[in-house]
Amino acid sequence: MKRGFIFWAAVIVILAALPPAVNAIGQPFYIDLVRRIMILAIAAASLNLILGYGGLVSFGHAAYLGVGAYSVGILAFYGITNGYLQWLVAIGASAIVALAIGAVSIRTSGIYFIMITLAFTQMLYYLGISLDVFGGDDGMRLKARSQLGFVNLGDAVQFYYLCLALMLVVLYLIHRIVESRFGMVLRATKSNEARSRAIGFSPYPYRLVAFTIAGAICGLAGALYANHTNYITPGLMSWMQSGDLMFMVILGGIASTAGPMLGAFALVLVEEFLKGYTEYWPVILGPLLVLSVIFFKRGLAGIVGKPHA
Amino acid sequence: MLEVRRLVKNFGALRATDGIDFEVREGETHAIIGPNGAGKTTFISQLAGNLRPDSGRIVFGGEDVTPLSAPKRARKGLARSFQITSIYPEFSALDNVALAVQAHAGHSFRFWKPARGEAALREPARRVLDEVGLGERAGVLAANLAHGEQRQLEVAMALATRPRLLLLDEPMAGMGIEESQRMVGFLAGLKSRHTMILVEHDMDAVFKLADRISVLVYGRLIATGEPEAIRANPEVRAAYLGTD
Repeated sequence: MKRGFIFWAAVIVILAALPPAVNAIGQPFYIDLVRRIMILAIAAASLNLILGYGGLVSFGHAAYLGVGAYSVGILAFYGITNGYLQWLVAIGASAIVALAIGAVSIRTSGIYFIMITLAFTQMLYYLGISLDVFGGDDGMRLKARSQLGFVNLGDAVQFYYLCLALMLVVLYLIHRIVESRFGMVLRATKSNEARSRAIGFSPYPYRLVAFTIAGAICGLAGALYANHTNYITPGLMSWMQSGDLMFMVILGGIASTAGPMLGAFALVLVEEFLKGYTEYWPVILGPLLVLSVIFFKRGLAGIVGKPHA
Repeated sequence: MLEVRRLVKNFGALRATDGIDFEVREGETHAIIGPNGAGKTTFISQLAGNLRPDSGRIVFGGEDVTPLSAPKRARKGLARSFQITSIYPEFSALDNVALAVQAHAGHSFRFWKPARGEAALREPARRVLDEVGLGERAGVLAANLAHGEQRQLEVAMALATRPRLLLLDEPMAGMGIEESQRMVGFLAGLKSRHTMILVEHDMDAVFKLADRISVLVYGRLIATGEPEAIRANPEVRAAYLGTD
């Protein structure tokens, strides 16, 4: 408890102090980098809800990043720049898509579930490519950033603090969900499905609701990402993006509150670091990830604190 | 309260349940015995809804439950324990039972309040743990309980759903002599308050606990009756008891 408090206090202080610090040393580039990491952390945290706590290994979670981003992009394209409306649509559309994909996928399990979630996301990916109005393969520039009134997303620092706040809110929200009655059923059913059925829980509705919530949260990350890059491309929905999110969750430590955030930081920072040295960085990153999974079974969060079931 | 009519289940060419007619009366402890491979667990699994019969009917409390899934039957008051221990190993003993309490209470689509802080779930769970003798071990991870304790936890979870009928599939499986004696004592205490179907290998336990016994051999029910009648039945002796 105390350790957790110190950890989160440290996280908040460091992340809050980062913009003035990097501006002081003349490296504002890091504001953009950490902002991207925090947006990906939101996406990874949403995946952790279903993968870590629900045992649903979705290999297509980037779909909702894409749906969220395209919602913002398409609305902006037609001149609707009200951020609240855009983000509401991004979250709602992602939830609906997740509900539809989940309704079919969750009837399967194991390798079939992995493949079917991947297949649905590939479908959306190719849909993105085929949408010539919205730039097709090349994607398109955001006509304008989301208009929120109280924060100006064009201001790197303001946008950074908004992402920080939203990331903390999402992590807390997911923490509450997994400790609630609903979350207990979700986690217990991952632990032993036969036992859950025997005491009277049908797993399907719980998993479907979790899948939909995860999609909705990832949709928010997508809306942020569109504003972050100021550009949307189908690449956001590629299987590699889904794989990155999975890696963040696993690397950070599945079924832990801080795990996805730690995983997002670790993966992106190591990637950036290696990119500075060699263009063959994936050759180093790949084995590094394999080793980390073998040696840190509980992920980075396992080093920071104790696990909870 | 439970009535089974002409139940049939085939696995390929093997007829694991061969036209079983079976009945459990309110309040009784009904034991099912039979040699290995007689189809006891297959039969129990069909009662609990884990396996679909090929034909026949299962009527529980006056309602045909044959088409219902296991979770639906559980919510109607049919609780089972498994022959091979089936618990939530990563959760504490108290969490395990609290989940069963929650399953019975309903209202599981609540997303905000911490479930571990809810007295409405924790208090009944604690009482059941005390009842089965695991009160002291409430905070221990289920994975770290001794085998016998896990078997007790298994029964505790079934009890926590406040069942009308308990299906206990070899509750003494894998227990030492002392542990099984304690379990027999515990089940003897439950007898007066619960209707039970007890599948068990331990003949001493069966004859001590059962009001009636049904004998299953090769998927067929060859006899049903009171313990003394079963003990004296020549067919049963030939098929089963005699080989002991």
